[in-house]
Amino acid sequence: MTDGPQTATPPPDEHARHPSSAPLAIHDMTVAYHRRPVLWDIDYDAPPGKLTAIVGPNGSGKTTLIKAAVDLVPRASGDVRFFGSAYHKVRHRVGYVPQRGSVDWDFPVNALDVVAMGLYKQIGWFRPVTRRYRDQAMHYLERVGMADYAARQISQLSGGQQQRVFLARALSQQADVYLMDEPFVGVDAATERAIVVILQELREAGKSALVVHHDLQTVPEYFDHVLLLNMRMVATGPISDVFTPENLRATYGGKLALLDQVGHRMTLNQGRS
Amino acid sequence: MSPVRPTATVVRPVIFRHRWLALALPFALAMPSVLLAAPGPSGHDHPVPSQVTTGTSGTSLSDNRFRWPGWNKISDTLLMRQYNTRIVLLGSILLGIGAGTVGTFMLLRKRSLVGDVVSHASLPGIAMAFLAIELAYPGKGRSLPVLLFGALLAGLLGVLCTIGIRRFSRIKEDTALAIVLSVFFGIGIALFTIIQKLPTGQVAGLQQFIYGQTASMTSADVGLIGLASILVIAVSAALFKEFGLLCFDEEFGRSHGWPTTWLDLVLMALVVCIAITGLQSVGMLLVVAMLIIPPAAARFWTDRLGSMTVIAAVLGGLSAWLGGVVSSLFARFSAGAVIVLAGTLFFLVSLAFGTRRGLLPRGLRQWSNNRRIGRHDLLRTLYEMLEPRLESSEPDSSDDPLADIHFASDEVLSRRSWTRSRLSRLLDRATRDGLLQAVESGWRLTASGAAEARLVARNHRLWETYLILHADIAPNHVDRDADLIEHVLEPDLVSQLLETVSARYPQMQMPPSPHPLEPGT
Repeated sequence: MTDGPQTATPPPDEHARHPSSAPLAIHDMTVAYHRRPVLWDIDYDAPPGKLTAIVGPNGSGKTTLIKAAVDLVPRASGDVRFFGSAYHKVRHRVGYVPQRGSVDWDFPVNALDVVAMGLYKQIGWFRPVTRRYRDQAMHYLERVGMADYAARQISQLSGGQQQRVFLARALSQQADVYLMDEPFVGVDAATERAIVVILQELREAGKSALVVHHDLQTVPEYFDHVLLLNMRMVATGPISDVFTPENLRATYGGKLALLDQVGHRMTLNQGRS
Repeated sequence: MSPVRPTATVVRPVIFRHRWLALALPFALAMPSVLLAAPGPSGHDHPVPSQVTTGTSGTSLSDNRFRWPGWNKISDTLLMRQYNTRIVLLGSILLGIGAGTVGTFMLLRKRSLVGDVVSHASLPGIAMAFLAIELAYPGKGRSLPVLLFGALLAGLLGVLCTIGIRRFSRIKEDTALAIVLSVFFGIGIALFTIIQKLPTGQVAGLQQFIYGQTASMTSADVGLIGLASILVIAVSAALFKEFGLLCFDEEFGRSHGWPTTWLDLVLMALVVCIAITGLQSVGMLLVVAMLIIPPAAARFWTDRLGSMTVIAAVLGGLSAWLGGVVSSLFARFSAGAVIVLAGTLFFLVSLAFGTRRGLLPRGLRQWSNNRRIGRHDLLRTLYEMLEPRLESSEPDSSDDPLADIHFASDEVLSRRSWTRSRLSRLLDRATRDGLLQAVESGWRLTASGAAEARLVARNHRLWETYLILHADIAPNHVDRDADLIEHVLEPDLVSQLLETVSARYPQMQMPPSPHPLEPGT
């Protein structure tokens, strides 16, 4: 899958400032940990119905951006809207996939239990997880190709399988926009393909996804849009406009040897189209 | 709502299907003692001096001889014929059940030491409550409810201090716990010194909170402990799924709008409840053991949160019962200590025999796994050794030609770095399993041995080819233990591998894949 020409997408400045249709609109956001700012003046509208990669070097604030958007990290200033509303009013429309390393995989639950956690809000206070919800959770495990592993304790799953369980948990929420923190890190080829297929299915269903991504090589292949981040927003827009050697150099400070390769590939792609 | 398909049945313990029932189990276990305790002697509120709890009047504080209990006494204790024994056991069992339940969540939340902080932090509360009453009504300072109320407030304050230190400074949790624990305990000891100097003050009655004095439990105490235990179990059952989410993935829960801070506080409040009610019986130094040892033991038996909670509650109740029985048979032992020792016994048994993580079952699994690997290695070696001879040998019947070739054990030895004794062990075992047959010139494979050898060789070659062709995939992501490569890889990839392998080994008669392979799915 390569990024085809974007016909019906007008440049962002033709929209009204922060349109209410935007799945995620960040207005002048600054985030600081113990007085040290990690994100400065982020002003960003996510395009609806698109797959967006969030790209930047280590420590550039990619994870913080997602966590600050879903109110897990306090914002020093600025405002975040999902579909024009504050996050706490539209939680059910936002699916969050945390980093795999953020939990203890030795916990005494199986894969199905973890997926069912995505349904807890639907189940409500005090009620147990009934058969109906377990069947629902099973449906989402099947969607990520993990039905055979439903009863496995989660530490007995491979890294890629754990990631798919996390993905299934977010899918079970049936959200309209998904925020995923490094779903491709440390996963096997089969999982990588499975995640890509699911991302495409989400896009076909008119949903949007913002994905923190490390592998620059696959950005043009997997995503439509890109947000280049290094504590500030370096550039954002369709891959063909924004994912250029100059912008990448500005993001990474010319540190990556890979950059030239990617730049070369991008030029080739552009030359071809 | 998404379409819900009938799904593959997931094997789950009955316990989880009827969660409410499962959580009622501890009550059911405690029920006999409740029934026995109910028709007690007329006066329910007699404080019972510790010497009397042994049932016989023979022991006194000056008697230092060790006494073995007689059979009558043992049966009296086990059947709880004595009112005092009944009270003490019932109180301890209820406490053990409650502690095991809430302890499970604390253990999984990696807050094992919070119970310790609560109990130590309660000491200044007890001392201050004593001082306050003593100043208002001299001589009445030892009122248990007031003392426990003081302990409760101080315990809560200690927990809040820990949370505050962690939240508003960059001090890590373990440091915060250590600071609060020692500071509060220090203040408590200082206050005790003051109390000792008061004209009416007697610290003796207060020291039972440090070491515990199960034997002096009254029916009012048991009522209090029972109430606390029921509260803890009821709240844990009602908030079971919420607590589970809090312990597993707090951030995800918060992003879904669960009030994780409040849930955390409720959980802490439950710990405070149990720790404070346990002060009097097992004492502040040992109450943490009742919170942590049963859940730690339960983890060896199960991989599910629901069953872990129930097992921890049962083990907590059992160790309290056992400890109570032993300490009332041997009057010299402090009940708190024996309860903890009984819990430790259950822990050691679980460590050794726990079906999920116990050392012995794990060792057994390792052993049978090694055996399986040895058997597969042997069969593959045999196949590779015999494969070149397949063309020359004449298939005389419809039997597998592989089974017609005879070979000597020295031939096998030259191909592997096995010692002679290891090889003969492998051969003997394979013979016993019906894979090999001894013949006059050496050995031959049986029909089933030949079939399995083909399968093993096929699987090995497919994996090998896969690893060569897809070397970019880290080997630890490859589940080579899977019985068939088809269980792990996608069909089109397997058929591609099959092609490569048959091109490399043209003489290999591949057993057909048991799964239908549709190209290009």
